[in-house]
Amino acid sequence: MTEKIVVKDLYKVFGERPDQAMQMINDGIDKDEIFDRTGQTVGVCGANFTVHEGEIFVVMGLSGSGKSTLVRLLNRLIEPTSGQVLYDGVDIAAMSDEELRALRRRDMAMVFQSFALMPHLSVIDNASFGLELAGIDEAERHKRALTALDQVGLKAHANSYPDELSGGMQQRVGLARALANDPAVMLMDEAFSALDPLIRTEMQDELLTLQREHKRTIIFISHDLDEAMRIGDRIAIMEGGIVVQVGSPEEILNSPANDYVKSFFRGVDVSTILSAKDIASKRQVTVIEREGVGLKTALNRLRNEDREYGYIVGDKLDFHGIISVDTLDEAIKSGADKLSAAFLPNVEPVSHDTQLSELIGTVAHAPCGVPVVGEDGKYMGVIKKANLLATLDREGDGTNG
Amino acid sequence: MFPEQLNVPLGKWVNQFVDWLVINYGAAFEAFADSLLTVLVALEQVLRGAPWWLVLIAIAAITWHASRNWKLVLGLVVAMFVIGTLGLWDKAMQTLALMIVATSLSVIIGVPVGIAMAMSNRLRAIMLPILDTMQTMPSFVYLIPALMLFGLGKVPAILATVIYAAPPVIRLTDLGIRLVDPEVLEASRSFGASRKQILFGVQLPLALPNIMAGINQTTMMSISMVVIASMIGARGLGEQVLMGIQRLDVGAGMEAGIAIVLLAVVFDRIGQAYGKRSQRTSSGEDA
Repeated sequence: MTEKIVVKDLYKVFGERPDQAMQMINDGIDKDEIFDRTGQTVGVCGANFTVHEGEIFVVMGLSGSGKSTLVRLLNRLIEPTSGQVLYDGVDIAAMSDEELRALRRRDMAMVFQSFALMPHLSVIDNASFGLELAGIDEAERHKRALTALDQVGLKAHANSYPDELSGGMQQRVGLARALANDPAVMLMDEAFSALDPLIRTEMQDELLTLQREHKRTIIFISHDLDEAMRIGDRIAIMEGGIVVQVGSPEEILNSPANDYVKSFFRGVDVSTILSAKDIASKRQVTVIEREGVGLKTALNRLRNEDREYGYIVGDKLDFHGIISVDTLDEAIKSGADKLSAAFLPNVEPVSHDTQLSELIGTVAHAPCGVPVVGEDGKYMGVIKKANLLATLDREGDGTNG
Repeated sequence: MFPEQLNVPLGKWVNQFVDWLVINYGAAFEAFADSLLTVLVALEQVLRGAPWWLVLIAIAAITWHASRNWKLVLGLVVAMFVIGTLGLWDKAMQTLALMIVATSLSVIIGVPVGIAMAMSNRLRAIMLPILDTMQTMPSFVYLIPALMLFGLGKVPAILATVIYAAPPVIRLTDLGIRLVDPEVLEASRSFGASRKQILFGVQLPLALPNIMAGINQTTMMSISMVVIASMIGARGLGEQVLMGIQRLDVGAGMEAGIAIVLLAVVFDRIGQAYGKRSQRTSSGEDA
C-alpha cells in the first residue's frame, strides 16, 4: 500500500508564544500544566500516523480532543506549530501560499459538519465552486459539477438554492462540491454528524458506494464509534490532542490501548463489528487425516484429551469434518475404516468473515463448537457457545467498568 | 474657575493649521474642487435640461427595476409629480444632482474603507471614534475650514454632506463583512480561494444586503443635509427653506419642506427595494 499522507511529530499550540509552550512540551510538562502556567492550549500534541492510499481513515475522539484541529492541519487551514505533513512525500507544512492553494484546488477537498455552502449560489454553482476558483470555464465546470451532483443523486436540484434543501440534501451538495474537483484526498470533518441517524446511515452507505468505485483517500473525523467502525478501514483515536491508538476497528476493539479507548465501546454492538475469525479459538483437538490414522487412533486421542468432539483436517490444514466419541464408536461397530464415516452430518463450517450477529443461530443450534474456515477452506479454529457469549457480553463489561 | 494657565490654545493651532493648508495646498484643493464641480454641473444640467416627463419616466423605470411593484412605481411618480405642482421642480433637480454626487462619493469612499475596517481590527479601533466624530460634530464646525479651502458654493456643500453621510455605509459594510459565516469562509479557503477571490466571490456578495442598507441610510442622511448645505451657497430646495426662515414665510418654507420629504421618500423606497432584491438573491429565492 502506498503511503499517501504521513504525519510526523505534528504539534499545534494555540496562543501568543507557541515556542515557549513547545519548550515546555519538550521538557515533558503536560498540557494541563502548560495551560495553567502560560494560558496556551496544546491542540495537537506530537501526532504520528500514516494514511494509505485508497483507505478510509477515521480520526475519532470526544469533542475537544483535537480531531478537528488535526484535520485542519492536514490542509493547513490551521498552521502547524511544528512537525511535518507529507503528501506524496512533499511537506505541506513547508509549502508556499501558491503551492498550497494549488494543492487545495487540485488534490484535497473538504466536507464540513455545518455544510458551509454559499447561500447566494445555486446548487450547481456551489458544486462548481472549487472549479471556479481553479479558473475553469463555466461550461466545463458546470459539466463536471453535474456529474458530481449526479453521483450524489441531486442532479434534479441543480438550480435550487441551498436554503430550499433539507439538511441531508445540503450535505450532498457539500459532498458534490468536494467530488467535483476529483480530488485524491477528501477531508471530512464530522461530515454526517449534523444529520439525523437515518440520513446519516444513508450517507455513510453512499460514501462507501462512492469509495468502491473511486478508491479515494478519505480522512474522516467523527465522534461516533458506530460510524467509525462502520466506514473506517483504520481508526485513529485521539485524547486531549494525543493520538492514543491507530489500528483497524477489530484491533482497537480487541486490544484497546487504555481506558479512554475502552470507554468508547460502551454500548457498542460488537456483534456487528467482530467476525468469526476474531473469536475462533484453536484449543480444540484436531486430527490430521493421513495414512495410518484410523477411527481407533482418533478415538484414543479424544479419550486421552478428555474431549467429546474432534476436528479433522488435511495435511494442509484444510477442514474435512467433525467427529465425536459417539459417532466414532458407531462407525467402529459398523466396521467402517474411513474417518469420514464418523463425520457429524449436520454441522457446516462458517466462513471467517461472517459477522457475529449472523453466527448466533448457527452456534446456538450446533451440538459442538462451530468450525471456522478461511477463503481457501483452511481450518482457523472453533467457536463454542461459551466464547461467543463471553464476547457478546463485553458490552456489559464496559458499562460496569 | 478653571485656572487660565491650563488653557490649551487648540483653537489657535487649528487656525494656524488651516492657514497653512490654504497657503501651501490651496491650488491642489482648488483643482480637486474644480473636477468635482465639473461632474456636478454636468449632472445638474442634464437633470434640469431634461423635460419633466422624461425624469418621471426614468424614476418609474428605476423603481420598476428595483421592486417589480407597479403600486410603488405609481406612488413614487405621483410624489415627484407633486413636487412639480408645488413649483419646486427646478430646485428639486438641483438638490437631486447634489445628492447623487454626494451619495456616490460617500459610497466610493465608504465601501473600501468599510472593507478595510473589516479586515483589520486595528484600523477598526481607529476608525470607530472617527466615525462617531463625523456623525456628531456639528456640521458648521467643518463647514468653516471647508469654505476657506474651497470657497462658497457647491463643493464645500458636497464635502460637508459626505462627512455627515458616509459613516452608515462604512459601518454597515464593515458589519456585513464581519457577519459572513466563518464556516463559509473556511470552506472557501479549503477549496483554495485567494484573498481576492474570497472578498469578491464570497464576502461582498454575502454582505450586500447590509451594504445596501448602509447606502440607503447614507442617502437619507445626505438629504437631511440639504438645508445646511444651502447656507453655504448650494442651490436647491434647502435654499427655499432658508429663504422661508429669513422672510418668515411659513408657506414657502412648508412647501420646500414637503418637497424635501417627498424626495427623501422616493429615494428611500428605491433604496429599500434594491436592498430587498439583494437580500433575495443572496438568500436564494430569486435566480
